[in-house]
Amino acid sequence: MIEVSTDWYLTLAAILFSIGFLGMMIRRNALIMFMCIELMLNSVNLTFITASKHFGTIEGQISVFFVLVVAAAEVVVGLAIIVSIFKKQSSASVDLLRTSRG
Amino acid sequence: MLELLLFAVPAGLVILGALIVIFAKNPVHNSMGLVLTLASLAIIYITLNATFVAMVQMLVYAGAVMTLFLFVIMMIGVDKPEQTREEIKGQTLLVSGTLFILIGLVSYVVVNSGFNWDLYFPAVEYSLEGTPDLIAASLFTEWVLPFEIISILLIVATAAAIALAYDTKVRKPK
Repeated sequence: MIEVSTDWYLTLAAILFSIGFLGMMIRRNALIMFMCIELMLNSVNLTFITASKHFGTIEGQISVFFVLVVAAAEVVVGLAIIVSIFKKQSSASVDLLRTSRG
Repeated sequence: MLELLLFAVPAGLVILGALIVIFAKNPVHNSMGLVLTLASLAIIYITLNATFVAMVQMLVYAGAVMTLFLFVIMMIGVDKPEQTREEIKGQTLLVSGTLFILIGLVSYVVVNSGFNWDLYFPAVEYSLEGTPDLIAASLFTEWVLPFEIISILLIVATAAAIALAYDTKVRKPK
């Protein structure tokens, strides 16, 4: 009988974060990069909830709500930026963004 | 056995969805992979006794945020192929290799450090159900100031999104 312990959840969160980071590095499409940020934020949420269960406190779950709101705000502003970039250069690739280069 | 199954199946789906997100070519497939990941995470949250957070995860993430993503995908077109020319030679391979070496190194150090995690951070015996009333009792008393500040953040984000996406040319009267 194998018992599912806290370590397993933390390992899953670490794997999820690594996949998100890898996608952030290898993809050029700004939309996909935003999805990878969502993956990383969700892995952090999983860590918070695991800690909440492990220590028997509710604060971990409250932190998840704050992360959720910050993620929603970030997605709204980020997607607006992507749309306005797309209007200008009709592509969402981040490699073409050179206007802020010194 | 049921406990193991309830962890293993959603965990596998979480990783599968995450891999779809980073490797699929069509942006719609990417977003569907993200939905799979978020829904499976909600199942894991339920097994971790965070029922209210699981519901909010489904409503806000899998519902609202993914709808927003799909709106933008449809708006800017899904038929454009991604530009895959590498600015630095072999950057994809370089990044993946570095990442895996780093993860392997950290895991090796953590496993072999001999640090007794259970002694310093013992797990509690009782289990806390994350019901709405329990969360609200803490959120609206102890955490009420961050809660109010986060509402300002939401308003600022809404105003910023409108200001960024507002097209002055379209609004001109003919």
